[in-house]
Amino acid sequence: MTETISFKLNDQLVQLKVDGDRPLLWVLRTDLGLTGTKYGCGEGHCGSCTVLLNQRATRSCLLKIKDVKNKELVTIEGLARNGRLHPVQKAFMEHDGLQCGFCTPGMILTAVSLLKYNPSPTDQQIGQGLEQNFCRCGAHVRIVQAVRQAAAEMKGAQ
Amino acid sequence: MNTNDFLAANFRDIHSYEDFFASNRRDFLKRVGGGIVIFVALNDVLLGQEEARRPRGGRPGLPSDFNAFLRIGEDGRVTCLTGKIEMGQGPITSLPQMLAEELDTPLDTVDIVMGDTDLCPWDMGTFGSMTTRIFGPALCAAAAEAKLVLLELAAEQLKVPQSQLAARDGIIFDQENKDHRLTYGQLAKGQKIERHLQAKPALKKPADYRIAGKSLTRRDGEVKATGKAHYAADVRVPGMLYAKILRPPAHGAKLKSVDTAPAKAVAGVQVVQDGDLVAVLHEFPDVAENALGKIKADFDVPEATFNDKTVFDHLLKVAPESRVLKTGGDLEAGQKDAAKKFDCTYLNSYVAHSPMEPHAALAQIEGDQATVWASTQNPFGARDEIATAIGFPAQKVRVIAPFVGGGFGGKTNNREAVEAARLAKAAGKPVQVMWSRAEEFFYDSFRPAAIVKINSGVDAAGKMIFWDYDVYFAGERGAQQFYTVPNHRTAARGSGFGGPASAHPFATGAWRAPGNNTNTFARESQIDIMAAGAGIDPVEFRLNNLSDARMIRVLKAAAEKFGWTPAKGPSRRGFGVACGTDAGSYVAAIAEVAVNKDKGTVQVKRVVCAQDMGVIINPEGAKIQMEGCITMGLGYAFTEEVRFNGGAVLDTNYDTYEIPRFSWVPKIETVLVENNDTPPQGGGEPAIILMGALMANAIYDAAGARLFQLPMTTERVKAAIQKA
Repeated sequence: MTETISFKLNDQLVQLKVDGDRPLLWVLRTDLGLTGTKYGCGEGHCGSCTVLLNQRATRSCLLKIKDVKNKELVTIEGLARNGRLHPVQKAFMEHDGLQCGFCTPGMILTAVSLLKYNPSPTDQQIGQGLEQNFCRCGAHVRIVQAVRQAAAEMKGAQ
Repeated sequence: MNTNDFLAANFRDIHSYEDFFASNRRDFLKRVGGGIVIFVALNDVLLGQEEARRPRGGRPGLPSDFNAFLRIGEDGRVTCLTGKIEMGQGPITSLPQMLAEELDTPLDTVDIVMGDTDLCPWDMGTFGSMTTRIFGPALCAAAAEAKLVLLELAAEQLKVPQSQLAARDGIIFDQENKDHRLTYGQLAKGQKIERHLQAKPALKKPADYRIAGKSLTRRDGEVKATGKAHYAADVRVPGMLYAKILRPPAHGAKLKSVDTAPAKAVAGVQVVQDGDLVAVLHEFPDVAENALGKIKADFDVPEATFNDKTVFDHLLKVAPESRVLKTGGDLEAGQKDAAKKFDCTYLNSYVAHSPMEPHAALAQIEGDQATVWASTQNPFGARDEIATAIGFPAQKVRVIAPFVGGGFGGKTNNREAVEAARLAKAAGKPVQVMWSRAEEFFYDSFRPAAIVKINSGVDAAGKMIFWDYDVYFAGERGAQQFYTVPNHRTAARGSGFGGPASAHPFATGAWRAPGNNTNTFARESQIDIMAAGAGIDPVEFRLNNLSDARMIRVLKAAAEKFGWTPAKGPSRRGFGVACGTDAGSYVAAIAEVAVNKDKGTVQVKRVVCAQDMGVIINPEGAKIQMEGCITMGLGYAFTEEVRFNGGAVLDTNYDTYEIPRFSWVPKIETVLVENNDTPPQGGGEPAIILMGALMANAIYDAAGARLFQLPMTTERVKAAIQKA
């Protein structure tokens, strides 16, 4: 059923006339042209489609567009502020926490969410926080390094 | 076979690309405008002797016609052109690094254009760890030639003898008066120079490197960390539609009847039927998918004759004639003289590539010209496949490979690109095909299930005395052992790339270090079994039976870094060792594991890996590839096997097919063993070959139980412990 859905997307108010039952992932990728959010499995296993919903990492393949009504959504395109990259993005670049890069948007947003709720994670906690995000290239070692550095930088900035 | 025969053989399936390039080169020059363009013809001077000698494995992936490898523009910017693609292993960084070094230009003046069939030199594809070791030298040769052109131009313009000039940081200067200088941009201005490299130029020595040999972070880091990097499914063109395609329930199934009317009734849906290809198109992929679900289709499914449990008996039955790869001494005499003999069989199941990015392509046809953006490891192969499928001449098909979200050998089949092109042609609109994860599992060209039988023996002193080796269906890469054995025979049945039509129920193909994972699992397990049987420490046993200096060096480097202390197996410490060669590199690793004997679970605590890969272009990049190989390799070692019944693939997503995760990853330590006497060798694959045997040997050392089948699932580990 077509309805009007308003929500905050990457800091901008968005109003969509759309069938509310359509998957959030596909509305983002097609209607809104935000292709940084990736399809990896469609069943919530892999984390490639992760977005931040009210600042918490959430799988967009499992949500309907009506689920974000009046909420705040951040995709990878909206993570940098005023042209300044988020510390987690910078740390992924500095540590080569990516190879093919396909899992990277979901990985970064999951790390951002993790650090919000645990600003000083141990390496083990970083791994646990990212356990449900799959990386096939095997960049895990560098991803943990990157998140560790981002945590340190973000604490220093506070 | 001489080099030319060898090249010809490798290009046999390519139709008339030489004719194509004659005109394409003119078009190309028109497109790029002025400046200095260097064309390289690949002939034997550019191919290493070893490559040329190799009977079939070395597919050099280089054109025999002249092709542009680089251009220096009037703005001084250098463009590196390559048919290679970036799927994670990092050529987007290492190729410009090699080019900048040889041309003496700052790295940030080098742009790279990858995987565009209209702009880049013909290329076989990105696989076989050949980008650095085969394409790299050609690119360096082009750069060296470009520098010669610049020196010639500068000599003329500065009126100074060429011998008095030097190049550095994008500038040619007079060594006797450094203010007397011209930038590369100034030299390229107003030029239309097309230079054809005829002879192999002298390249720099690693000792003189200023840009290569240093660690650089990835050049694509920012676009990938910000979501700006475009993969094939991210490309948008006006009026495009998304396709969802009707799939059979099993390979070999035939469509009996189909009723598309319920799908057609969905608003905005267009149904295309082109023979067996039935697809639903819509401006939104999710609507297309829902409409596809309404189609009623009836298939004839052939009866399943084998499954993932019975596949090995089946393969032994259908195995083709044995092909002896190498033989020496007298096997019978060796068997007679052996103090201890070991006769073992090793198995591995089908393994999926499972890149995080499923296959995707967008095809746009405008008049007589088709453009296809595809997630492919071989854009030129895709171009030819598409041209054939839609009846276009190859030069009217342009394939562009944007960033590829992981390949590992699985994106050399271009079915999705052909589907998109066929649908675009039928629908008269641009069409995107993006496979679901289930389609990805169904149409993957799996690493083949395989069997290795080894009969071997040692003499009373613990020296290997005979080795009789048969590999079935994995292929011969990595089959030839490198230990010193007086009496030996190595043979292969089936090639790993298909085999008899009845062998596999679905496609099989190259999977990161094809063949070598299977062969190294078997060989290095057998070596460990012999060491334990002879009562000798497994590192010492290997060193006692090795004479290859490079292998001895990497093995010693790994042992030293690990802090290895000798003990005969099983020492109950959970230490395992394995070594091997792949893509010209030598690699050895030692691991520590803990085995839960009740549950059969294995926790990998530590992996130390040493690699000799010749001259190293980007040391940190090389280490990252080793880490990636070790991490990815844990999957085929412990969990990854495709379950199937006949042509029906039972694994359709990650709920049943488990790939490595963060909690699996051990402490990884990597050692690069310096070897500047050997040109750069492969780095994206070698370390992964060790992971099967490394884990099997560590489990044996921990629990005294020997695993002969990959993956070593908890059930199989438990069963082996009970048997031990």
